[in-house]
Amino acid sequence: MAYVAIADRDAQEYDHHEPDTFITKYVWSQDHKVIAIQYGMTAIFVGVIALMLSVMMRLQLGFPDSFSFITPESYYQFVTMHGMIMVIYLLTALFLGGFGNYLIPLMCGSRDMVFPYLNMLSFWVYLLSVIILLISFFVPGGATGAGWTLYPPQAIAQGTPGVDWGILLMLLSLAVFIVAFTMGGLNYVTTVLQARCRGMTLMRMPLSVWGIFVATILGLLAFPALLVSAIMMLLDKTIQTSFFMPAMLSAGEQLSHTGGSPVLFQHLFWFFGHPEVYIVALPAFGIVSDVLATHARKNIFGYRMMVWAILAIGGLSFVVWAHHMYVSGMNPYFGFFFATTTLIIAVPTALKVYNWVLTLWQGNIHLRVPMLFAIGFIFTFIHGGLTGLFLGNVTIDLPLSDTYFVVAHFHMVMGVSPVLVVFAAIYHWFPKITGKMYNESLGRWHFWLTFFGTYAIYLPMHYLGFLGVPRRYFAMGSTDFMPQSAHDLNTAITISAIIVALTQILFFVNMIMSLRSGKKSDPNPWGATTLEWQTPDNPPKHGNWGHDLPECHRWAYDYSVPGYKDDFIPQNVPASGDAPVGRDHGVHH
Amino acid sequence: MYITLIFIAGIMVTVIGWLLRQTFNTQPWVATAEDNAVSGASLDANSKTILLAGFLAVATSLFGLFISAYSLRMEMPDWSPLAEPNLLWVNTAMLVLASIAYQWARNVAIEGRTSAVRFGLSIAGLLTVLFLVGQMLAWQRLMSEGAYITGNPANAFFYMLTAVHALHLLGGLWVWARSTIKVWSGAEADTVRLSVELCAVYWHYLLLVWAILFAMLINT
Repeated sequence: MAYVAIADRDAQEYDHHEPDTFITKYVWSQDHKVIAIQYGMTAIFVGVIALMLSVMMRLQLGFPDSFSFITPESYYQFVTMHGMIMVIYLLTALFLGGFGNYLIPLMCGSRDMVFPYLNMLSFWVYLLSVIILLISFFVPGGATGAGWTLYPPQAIAQGTPGVDWGILLMLLSLAVFIVAFTMGGLNYVTTVLQARCRGMTLMRMPLSVWGIFVATILGLLAFPALLVSAIMMLLDKTIQTSFFMPAMLSAGEQLSHTGGSPVLFQHLFWFFGHPEVYIVALPAFGIVSDVLATHARKNIFGYRMMVWAILAIGGLSFVVWAHHMYVSGMNPYFGFFFATTTLIIAVPTALKVYNWVLTLWQGNIHLRVPMLFAIGFIFTFIHGGLTGLFLGNVTIDLPLSDTYFVVAHFHMVMGVSPVLVVFAAIYHWFPKITGKMYNESLGRWHFWLTFFGTYAIYLPMHYLGFLGVPRRYFAMGSTDFMPQSAHDLNTAITISAIIVALTQILFFVNMIMSLRSGKKSDPNPWGATTLEWQTPDNPPKHGNWGHDLPECHRWAYDYSVPGYKDDFIPQNVPASGDAPVGRDHGVHH
Repeated sequence: MYITLIFIAGIMVTVIGWLLRQTFNTQPWVATAEDNAVSGASLDANSKTILLAGFLAVATSLFGLFISAYSLRMEMPDWSPLAEPNLLWVNTAMLVLASIAYQWARNVAIEGRTSAVRFGLSIAGLLTVLFLVGQMLAWQRLMSEGAYITGNPANAFFYMLTAVHALHLLGGLWVWARSTIKVWSGAEADTVRLSVELCAVYWHYLLLVWAILFAMLINT
């Protein structure tokens, strides 16, 4: 294996100059842990806005024409902003900017990211993109209502809400976000490659790091596609070029656009859009693997296969994009090709699911809150994954396309599933990030209400999809194919959605109360093996490791090793001999 | 799309192939003294070099996608080729010379000849600015001939691609300015060596991108 001789390495000097003012410590901070929290808080803040938007949508769908403040225009704005915020500004930012920032240096045994200044810049540019996005709610005409896919021509044609300013700000915000992501992403990749502690081979890294690492590579290569389409659409919008805009009449007048190709936009958008699914999913896969192994007190089943599956999914995710475009009138052979690649990607994904289940088998399962969320994820992910097999086949996709079946599928697979992992991760690392314990029973209530609540929302949606109920419609009115029971179902879904949204208050109450007056946490409350739990201070201080960097002596999954007193051996404990000074890990032969 | 796919497939094969090689014949669950002794840096390169390599991969994806958008849009019936001004050949020569000058500055920086670095950097920067001015003149000439950006998709692509390429060069010039100011205010060649080395690579890369874009623009 290729590793650099230690003497040649850029020495990671121990930085004695800890930032001492409030501003340098908490605002213009270059510490990866502070930046992670800044990223996380911002992402969760916009995520809450997106959650409220979804409740407004559901109010209209469940109780049509009952709320005067929801007009057709505002409904489309809610749909669009909900989708875009959730996918990009919440999930991408939270998994990579939030967890990536927090976990990579700690799990790899580094002091910080390799380029701390660039890391700080990445957050502030991300915040700028969020501010631009939020401003679009308040400009004349409001935010764009083009749907999160922003398909032209309607995205920039008169009649779509927010066509004057909303769409401009959306495209600008996306471009700024991509700049922020690129700065952060290059940093994460370089840190994983170059700044691991001594003994941390790539194959000793926890799967969380693998997932975040490969997702970052995907993001770096895929986000340019979104940037290209955003730039070209901005030009179509502002100076009337015709990259995407065909010749068309608007309000009886011929527009100046000629001959542009809306399908070209779809290709570019989905060339980004599909890898984006895995940019969100791969970190979730990695994190859930670590949470499952830790709370089942068992090594992850098939570690190498898990790494290979992450790499295979990452590679394949670039050759499946057109399965989002089966109804765009493509050549049938083209569709056949993409259906095949789509079904192939199910192989490594299914392999991961089997391995998670086999990790649980004969494990010493502790059903603590993070574990509940992790197991919940296995359910929702299998569920959403299986409906993906339906939609991946062209002949089944055609009738189901643009129905609630699709909405149910992608919400299960890349909405609910990653969000359950987000919660698993927050509960799991809360004691490390804050040094306090969360409230267990509030956490359990949060889990069970969220888990059953989301099923109550999305299971019936599959049935609505089979009936042929189209997505994105403001109101269904009375139609022959929708019996009264389907309307009632819509009402029930809305009630569930409101309950699930309110349930999240439990989470915030728990976080805030535990932060203020939670029980002080043990440095390693779960008995986890990975390095972030072995820091000298809890929560870790600037520089993470005190004077000496840790050394890695084993892989990340030495749980329940026969012959040892404890059921875990931390990565920094040597194979024979004593535990590090001042700590008793109870290692005996 | 095929062009982009080939580019990205190439990058992915390199990255994933390299990562896979790290995973073969390993048994991570067995703790070995050999593994304990590795440094935790996988590549024998400076971190900034890796940062640049990563950025070039991102830029390759970006330009590759622009090129594939160009090739898809070109096939639509309303495309009418643009007559690019001959001035572009002069500009291309400027960029080639800028690249050569940067390479020379890199060589003398490695040798530690500070005054030569000053000279080399200044020439490289001057030639690059001349290239950018030339590109603006080319825009002006096209507009004076009535070839506006909205006239035809071929025009629109020309303006957009030259602008994106120029923006990348401007980013490069920012780094160039920092090292140039540094050596002119008395710093030794050693202090800017890495920056000059990386910039030289970046200039060659942008020359290559320009060569591909230019060939594509004049042939269609």
